[in-house]
Amino acid sequence: MKTILATTALLAVLAVPGLAQNADPWQPDPEARPGGTITITYQNDVATLDPAIGYDWQNWSMIKSLFDGLMDYVPGTTELRPGLAESVEISEDGLTYTFHLREGVRFHNGREMTAEDVKYSLDRVTDPATQSPGAGFFGMIEGFEAQMSGEAEGLSGVEVVDPRTVRITLSRPDATFLHVMALNFSYVVPREAVEEHGPDFGRHPVGTGAFRLAEWTLGQRLVFEKNPDYWREGLPYLDRIVFEVGQEPTVALLRLQNGEVDIPGDGIPPAQFQQIMDDPAQAARVVQGGQLHTGYVTMNVTQPPFDDVRVRRAVNMAINKDRVIQIINGRAVPANQPLPPSMPGYDPDYEGYPYDPEGAKALLAEAGYPDGFETELFVMNTDPNPRIAQAIQQDLAAIGIRASIQSLAQANVIEAGGAGTAPMIWSGGMAWIADFPDPANFYYPILGCAGAVEGGWNWAKYCNEELDALAAQADSMSDPAQAAERLALWSGIYARVMEDAPWAPVFHEERYTMRSPRMGGDEALYVDPVSIPVNYDYVYVTE
Amino acid sequence: MALHLARRLLQSVLILLGVTLVTFFLLYVLPADPVRQIAGRSATAETVESIRRQLGLDQPFWVQYGRYLWGLLHLDLGRSYLQRAEVAELIAARLPATLLLMAAGIACEVAIGLAMGIWAALRRGTAVDTGLMLASFAGVSAPQFVVGLMLLYVFGVWLRWLPIGGYGTAAHLILPALTLGLLGAGWYARMMRSSMVEVLRQDFVRTARAKGLTRARVILRHALPNAILPVIAMIGIDIGIFMGGIVVVESVFGWPGIGQLAWQAIQRVDIPIIMGVTLVSAVGIVLGNLLADIVAPLIDPRIRLR
Repeated sequence: MKTILATTALLAVLAVPGLAQNADPWQPDPEARPGGTITITYQNDVATLDPAIGYDWQNWSMIKSLFDGLMDYVPGTTELRPGLAESVEISEDGLTYTFHLREGVRFHNGREMTAEDVKYSLDRVTDPATQSPGAGFFGMIEGFEAQMSGEAEGLSGVEVVDPRTVRITLSRPDATFLHVMALNFSYVVPREAVEEHGPDFGRHPVGTGAFRLAEWTLGQRLVFEKNPDYWREGLPYLDRIVFEVGQEPTVALLRLQNGEVDIPGDGIPPAQFQQIMDDPAQAARVVQGGQLHTGYVTMNVTQPPFDDVRVRRAVNMAINKDRVIQIINGRAVPANQPLPPSMPGYDPDYEGYPYDPEGAKALLAEAGYPDGFETELFVMNTDPNPRIAQAIQQDLAAIGIRASIQSLAQANVIEAGGAGTAPMIWSGGMAWIADFPDPANFYYPILGCAGAVEGGWNWAKYCNEELDALAAQADSMSDPAQAAERLALWSGIYARVMEDAPWAPVFHEERYTMRSPRMGGDEALYVDPVSIPVNYDYVYVTE
Repeated sequence: MALHLARRLLQSVLILLGVTLVTFFLLYVLPADPVRQIAGRSATAETVESIRRQLGLDQPFWVQYGRYLWGLLHLDLGRSYLQRAEVAELIAARLPATLLLMAAGIACEVAIGLAMGIWAALRRGTAVDTGLMLASFAGVSAPQFVVGLMLLYVFGVWLRWLPIGGYGTAAHLILPALTLGLLGAGWYARMMRSSMVEVLRQDFVRTARAKGLTRARVILRHALPNAILPVIAMIGIDIGIFMGGIVVVESVFGWPGIGQLAWQAIQRVDIPIIMGVTLVSAVGIVLGNLLADIVAPLIDPRIRLR
């Protein structure tokens, strides 16, 4: 048995237990000063703060500040580090993970967190009665099926060894497991608080996190206040965070210019983007960062004409990606593969399909469509997606494909995609932003056979069993020493996907946000790839 | 009178029942599946089915509708699919803000509309009249979204007289109430003008003038009470028109009312909230019309009850 303190997809740290602290490369910011209150705005009211339930980008990082999981990420990066677990041992066969919990971690209600709480939390999120949208992530834990079908009471694979030790047994080796233990859905909650509030726990959250909820006035504001007993020394920096909800993004920006708001949670609205970038004083406050996002056009491979790989390749060659990016004010980089550049496993040497309308036409003719054909392009009906679809429509028309645009509400497009009734879908506004920074998360739900079912998110209905087998092989390499080999395998899988071309990847969105002049901290914290949109625990004010 | 009221009340209940049936049916046939919204993108087919069963969404339409009505009879609007909170609680928390905004909006539209209409009637045929009627036309035609943002920009950002959105003080109320009121003010101005012009032509006004009463007294004491009747009858009906505007205005100004709640629920296919807000709005509209019905004969004896 070997002891692993922190593993990442890129960097595996093998060490002896005494070196536990070295596993976390994060260093406190010497400029950071404690204290202060900041104001953040959002358009929508917060749906819930229950970590088993919250699954939108707005409550995602709020929950991260109220709760903790066994694993965590180095702020501003995609690198794993220990969280509530001080260290973790992985068995030789990759099936048993033994987590050693930190001492003296307390919930906001004052009680000490123990291994029982970890088990309770994992049992709760996988209990069908909880109706958690994240339950599916825990499929590798032994006893998952029995738990989901209601036959078992609790996951048999999660055992409490002693109050500070939890042993989790998997039914198959899975290299993504530690990422799953860093997902919000695995965060530790105290049983007594959940039982006290029942379905309203999401409005009365109690965790171990850096902040605790002090006030929630429905539809108006939430106030987080510093957890004075937080287990990470010296954190968080801020005393209070006020979230004002119900604020239109355009209005939020006006208030930021007036000095009333520190961060517009919804980012910079497209209509205001150019105006802000043209003003040097304002442009200086803009923060830019990569996202784990890819925007793509799916082609339903089960139906003609897209059942012919030549047609799908022709579509890949027909789309002028640079022009599409202009539509969103250049706030993206062109995509040639499913994985985004900041995702481990991205292949910077892969060239992809060139923009070549003439070559595309030739391919179409070869496939038996010299005059093109008629089809439908589904798109979500909020700006800028219909405009992007129009640009794609024009590019397709140039090679003879006459696509009519079906602009629908988000839920309706997702429904059509899942049902397989949409020949082409522009994914914008719906898919895909990674749940966790591992290449596997871009495969199974949206490109693997598991997602190509009725209601699944694999809208191309692309199912290549050979690649599924390769993916399973890659994810069985849970030994951190094999991390590089595993990533290379994944890069190869995505290259094979592109050969079959079920998608035409178009761009990877870059995130642009703003901060008031008094906000301090590394820019990466404001475009954190994991704590989207802001890593609240580590930002501070300078005045 | 009592019989009339009883008949109107019964009608109202039937209308509300119809509203629930139609809304419930429309949401039922909606091609978006709320269960998928709850289950999220990582859910397996079994999870989706298990949630569908737990929420009773696998049942036929009439069973689902029957259950909803049974809940309503017990004053239970159900729980939000995504927030898991009681719908009644979510609406109750936001209703005061909406009622306040509507009251202020009605006050704005009546005050502005009547003032404009009277002024235009007194200056009939002059440039003032034309100008006011053009302004009222603009008020009726301009999208509230644009009007709201323009007011915000002028008074909030440029002049800095008023806060930029939000809720809490009287100062926060002015711009949203104005935005909401301007639309109706345009209608009221036109109605008031024509009604006033007609009344000013009547014999009793001429008589009052001939008696040597002051101009102000003739207008305020004699002409206005007669000209205002058709306008007052409109206010109750206004509530219905306002319900539409409130969704837009509440979104622009960050006003924490039920319009905003409805808008967010629609985006998330959160059916219990959509049902709840629709029902509460329908109750508001029905009550408004009922009120207009009752008040009209009280202020104008010429209106006889059938």
